Amino acid sequence: MGSVYRARDLHFSNVVKLVAVKEMINNASDPLIRQTIVQNFEREANLLATLHHVAIPRIYDYFTEDTRSYLVLEYIHGKDLEAVISEASGFLPEDQIISWAIQICDVLAYLYAHKPDPIIFRDMKPSNVMINHAGEVVLVDFGIAKTFQSGQKGTMIGTEGYSPPEQYRGEATPLADIYSLGATLHHAITRRDPRMEPPFSFAERPVRRINTNASVEIEAVINTALQYNPSDRFPSPTAMKDALMNVARKTGALSKITSALPMSSGGVKPLWSFKCEDEIRGAPVLSQGSLFIGCYDNNLYSLNAADGQFQWKYATDGGIVTRPLVYDKNVYFGSEDKRLHVISESAGKVVWTYYTEGKIRSSPRIADNHVFFGSDDKDLHAVNVSSGRAIWKHSTSAPIHSTPLIANDLIYFGNEAGVFSAVDFRGEIKWRFQAKRAITSSPINKAQAIYFASLDGTLYSLDVKTGWAIWKFRLGKGSVSSPALMDEFAFIGAADGFIYGIDLRTAKEIWRFHTENQVSGSPVVYKDSVYCGSVDGSMYCLEYRTGRLRWKFETQGAITGSPIVYDDIVYFGSTDHFVYALFA
Amino acid sequence: MAEFFRKLLGITKTQNDEPVTASKPVEMITTAPLSDQQLNEITSSAQSAIKYEMKQLVAGVGQSVGKQREHNEDSLLALTATLAGSVDSIPFGIYIVADGMGGHQQGEVASNAAVRIIGGNIMKKFHSYLFNLPTQNLQESLQELMETSITEAHQYVQREAPGSGTTVTAALVLGQLVTIAHVGDSRAYSVFPDGRIDPITRDHSLVKRLEELGHLSKDEAANFPHRNVLIRALGQGEVLEADIFTVSFPQPGYLMICSDGLWGVIDEKDIHRSIAEAPNLHRACQSMVEAANAAGGPDNITVVLAQMIG
Repeated sequence: MGSVYRARDLHFSNVVKLVAVKEMINNASDPLIRQTIVQNFEREANLLATLHHVAIPRIYDYFTEDTRSYLVLEYIHGKDLEAVISEASGFLPEDQIISWAIQICDVLAYLYAHKPDPIIFRDMKPSNVMINHAGEVVLVDFGIAKTFQSGQKGTMIGTEGYSPPEQYRGEATPLADIYSLGATLHHAITRRDPRMEPPFSFAERPVRRINTNASVEIEAVINTALQYNPSDRFPSPTAMKDALMNVARKTGALSKITSALPMSSGGVKPLWSFKCEDEIRGAPVLSQGSLFIGCYDNNLYSLNAADGQFQWKYATDGGIVTRPLVYDKNVYFGSEDKRLHVISESAGKVVWTYYTEGKIRSSPRIADNHVFFGSDDKDLHAVNVSSGRAIWKHSTSAPIHSTPLIANDLIYFGNEAGVFSAVDFRGEIKWRFQAKRAITSSPINKAQAIYFASLDGTLYSLDVKTGWAIWKFRLGKGSVSSPALMDEFAFIGAADGFIYGIDLRTAKEIWRFHTENQVSGSPVVYKDSVYCGSVDGSMYCLEYRTGRLRWKFETQGAITGSPIVYDDIVYFGSTDHFVYALFA
Repeated sequence: MAEFFRKLLGITKTQNDEPVTASKPVEMITTAPLSDQQLNEITSSAQSAIKYEMKQLVAGVGQSVGKQREHNEDSLLALTATLAGSVDSIPFGIYIVADGMGGHQQGEVASNAAVRIIGGNIMKKFHSYLFNLPTQNLQESLQELMETSITEAHQYVQREAPGSGTTVTAALVLGQLVTIAHVGDSRAYSVFPDGRIDPITRDHSLVKRLEELGHLSKDEAANFPHRNVLIRALGQGEVLEADIFTVSFPQPGYLMICSDGLWGVIDEKDIHRSIAEAPNLHRACQSMVEAANAAGGPDNITVVLAQMIG
């Protein structure tokens, strides 16, 4: 244990020469141990005296008084990096961090080149990195090696945070310093203190998930330094410096990168595109080689999915925002002309239509020969598909835009007053749940839970049987996007412009991806990718476990509908009037 | 429900069913045949089990100071309720195990406070829901409720028993779901009748962390010198991040929660044998405690077993 004092050297009486005096109190009662501690202290002093480097403080003197030993060092005007990080109001500039990191690599390289034995710093962490008034790095506290304290029953250790795994085995090598430098840089760039996190959990907190402005390249350098196996890290500080220099030049040509870089963005070419006469805000459906999609030019289009050739169109008297449904050779869809239209899949000839009292923006679902959908007339309608006649209507307090979910022998849907209802097949209410604002999002079900979002900025998980809230996840803003599920994850967009990946069990965010505008469309998952459009006009393809961008495709208008992916082809519409087909 | 509509509308059977599947071959689903083991499970449990009309939750507990300790620093809460009537019955249970640590009997204080505060908080919230009419759904989600309860207990221990800490594994059973809050190295398991024992929680211990990271093999972990070092404990550290999640209640099977005085001493076979051979849950718990004591009883032993019948 020790303290550091700021002191004035009175030998130089005419000037103020400040020095740092490091004090070590020797409390050991055993004389042998006490002697060892003094020897260690003197060894550190002697070692420091032989070093000459701008980033290492000079040593002036050392002495021992009774139980106290003192080291007189160059006083560094400045702040330690820990203070710099915590006092900054936002993220530190990446260039600044890279510049410091390069200087640290230089001084580490100097230490390792020391003869006869290389010097291992052993305690690299932000509080041991001083930034002097010139903005340059000085390493302080060439501490006596800190060994891991073995715990008795019930001992709790603070997480060491910056120490590499092998340090728990008592190994200290230059590669341990590389790891600790990686941890220090991770802390500096993310502002997340690793001492507050589980040990060795950096891989669970990728740099760019926390600091979205950080470059892919710096993230890759930090990841390499933080590799679990010492042999996977940079072999030397010089190699790490080279990588950092490359980042600084933004060449991207890093030597030892472990994480895959995202694929090109902008190089995606559409397989085909088809122009309608107005905005497309809804989602397509694919059946028997034909793509069906509604448009604000009031038509439902049938296109050949293989080449985008026009097959037929069917005119309604209102915009079509619903996703069509193909069932028994007929296409079902609602229109803002207040009608549910049923037309033949092959020729687009009307089979029957059904009137409601309001515009239809809720997409139909079919179960057991009945079609269920909501309307702006505030009712959920249940219509027999053979006769086209209503068998019941379930009235609610507000328009229904949410598409009903049929599961567990119940029908689940939200309305614009924020009421989420579960009704049985007689149209009778089983339970209700109240959100704070509208539920436009369509629910989805897995196991015992139902998931949907609300304009109140929450993604809800409710017990499928009772409607109890199991968890709530706070989104940055409200959402009209409907969640998609894969494995143990939910994916959803929100008006804050992010696409989120969330763990279903714990309601913890796994990643978030930033787009340039609101995300009103719903994501879909295909193989190991999430596809989602944004009002910024782009369709994004993200790796579903990490949220890494695989590619994006820019259109000339907002994308508010969701895509479908079929046989490795993504189909979607944009408000630029086009329907696009891209390779997934 | 198909039946229901047919009756309602007087439709004759399978008028439309055939063409539907024929026109949409893409969506045809073939189900995989069940394995012998799965079949066996279904048929044997169906044959042996008595038919219960109503879902009900039952539980048993066991505890011992062990053979080598003078104090019991483990604490336990088990509370089981069923509300049944004209609506669906709602099984409800709170099961908490806490293993305290810290000198001068502070460990007891910590574990006891944790159990009381968390249990009390949950009951306070649910009391009006379960026993008052009419009721509304809780505004707080189940996971939020667990989170606030853990935080309150954490702050209490920091204030009243500084320096001490405790593990906590708390389970709130509601309907068919179990919401768990967990810190430290006590454990929750799903125990299945076929002998499978799946851990539900993940230890917050150094040894587990190193094992997860592939740094220690199973054998190395068993002989690791710092087996008792926790990296998270209630009462320790500025910010406490508990693992909070919801899983389905194991059915058919048991939910088991225990301290390391049990899981660190007896193996999965002992656990399964104790449960399989005992006539009821209380005896099963007692038998596991006896087995841990017979193996030396190096630490306090606590166990809860809960089962959903029906």
